[in-house]
Amino acid sequence: MQTKRTTFSNRWLPYALLAPQVIVTLVFFIWPASQALIQSVYRQGDAFGVRPPTFVGWRNFETLLAEPQYLGSLKATFIFALGTTILSMGVALLFAVMVNRMIRSRDAYTTFMVWPYAVAPAIAGVLWWFIFNPNIGILPYVLEGIGYDWNHRASSTDAMLLIIIAAAWKQISYNFLFFLAGLQSIPHSLIEAAAIDGAGRMKRFWTIVFPLLSPVTFFLMVVNIVYAMFDTFGVIHATTEGGPSQATNILVYKVFRDGFVNLNTGSSAAQSVILMAIVIVLTVIQFRYIERRVNY
Amino acid sequence: MVENNRWGNLFAHLVLILGVAIVVFPVYVAVIASTHPSGTFLRGVMPLLPGPNALENYRTVIFEGRSRAGTPPIGGMLWNSFVMAMAITIGKLSISILSAFAIVYFRFPFRIFFFWVIFLTLMLPVEVRIVPTFEVVANLGMLNSFAGLSIPLIASATATFLFRQFFMTVPEELMEAARVDGAGPMKFFKDILLPLSITNIAALFVIMFIYGWNQYLWPLLITTEQEYYTIVMGIQRMVTGGDSEPLWHLVMATVTLAALPPILVILFMQRLFVKGLTETEK
Repeated sequence: MQTKRTTFSNRWLPYALLAPQVIVTLVFFIWPASQALIQSVYRQGDAFGVRPPTFVGWRNFETLLAEPQYLGSLKATFIFALGTTILSMGVALLFAVMVNRMIRSRDAYTTFMVWPYAVAPAIAGVLWWFIFNPNIGILPYVLEGIGYDWNHRASSTDAMLLIIIAAAWKQISYNFLFFLAGLQSIPHSLIEAAAIDGAGRMKRFWTIVFPLLSPVTFFLMVVNIVYAMFDTFGVIHATTEGGPSQATNILVYKVFRDGFVNLNTGSSAAQSVILMAIVIVLTVIQFRYIERRVNY
Repeated sequence: MVENNRWGNLFAHLVLILGVAIVVFPVYVAVIASTHPSGTFLRGVMPLLPGPNALENYRTVIFEGRSRAGTPPIGGMLWNSFVMAMAITIGKLSISILSAFAIVYFRFPFRIFFFWVIFLTLMLPVEVRIVPTFEVVANLGMLNSFAGLSIPLIASATATFLFRQFFMTVPEELMEAARVDGAGPMKFFKDILLPLSITNIAALFVIMFIYGWNQYLWPLLITTEQEYYTIVMGIQRMVTGGDSEPLWHLVMATVTLAALPPILVILFMQRLFVKGLTETEK
């Protein structure tokens, strides 16, 4: 890895400069992570210290993966991440394509699109929870008009839809900004050439614009999956709390529940380890892709 | 030239206006709800036009809170959120810029190793190691303190990378000239590097302030005393506390106040925000 051609020479100063960052990382990141690794292969002792923790190897993982609740949580996470990613990216792409056509009004529309980024996931959850409130919410009222009885307290589907909409809504601004930047970097000459050859608007979009956007699309897909899996704790905790009947109990929420409410340390640690593995894979994908883009 | 279709443009405007409506609607509803008396929410559909109780509601949540429901006045919570967000932002920026300076401008044993240690923080978000991190903070006696709220979150790989990348683009000559003039590393850092980095610092400041303000899980875990509650986590207690329907007019007044500061930051610093967002994620 590069440094400057000429560097300062000082024996201790670089270590002193790095110290705060490295100490925080070691104490609050690496140490807890290794604790999770260790706890994941032990069965916890009892609270009085009569029975010490015992080494159980893969047992925690085996129990976990055989547990219908955990498999249900995996499935819920998958549906939630997929739904959030597709909804949010689809809507954002549509808006970005439309805004990109505008000349005078582009900045005005952009301003209106970006600010939901500032809303905390928990607050986004509460806002949609309110709008969809079965008693007084405006959307259930409208849905009732077309014959759909909305109730996210009883229906698993409704609850899942609620958290997907809340999580996707907040993420639209992020995807919108990246799609817009991607669209603006596509050379106009390509589109004009296709127009001269007689390609219509839709054809130009699907054969030129969309393929050229694919690096951005791929990048956003990874970012959105990471967001849906790890940053949406607030959406769920402030609204459905995993219910009804575990329907919205995604992995991050379950790890929290099992660790703090059910006090099942071994299982919670095993879940942490699986989550870490997922983050590591996603981070590696993201960075490999970025390196490739830099080489272009 | 690509055809310029009037109906197409009209259609695009319609789609965008609808889009803006969807994006704005939830917050509009919250602001409207916060201006109504509690009776409005007992039956029927929630209102879509402003009511008469705005001042009354905001006064209640800011100064009185809802002592029965276990929520303190939110004036204090807003202050806690602000302190936490500022501590996280300033902490992240200062330790990241220092580490980037060390990595770019010095050659020393284990340089690459330290770089990877910092990189690891990207792979270990708080959400995936909740219990052990809580135990560490509890053992250090940092529960219910601003130190506990901020310090565990201030390591930042993205900020370090961004500063590193920026430092690599700073002309070599600047440093050589500074050395010829007899400036030591810290003087070079303070008088040349820091002023050059102002735009980057400001852009990151916007992103990190929003990150800090919107923290939820962490304050939820490590604050058990009301005097350290932050506003974003406090809302959850208002919504789910008790069996009855939440007091929507007060909840929505709180939601509005909690969302306002980061939204204002984005609106007033949109250019810096876009720069910070697109550059940190690359």
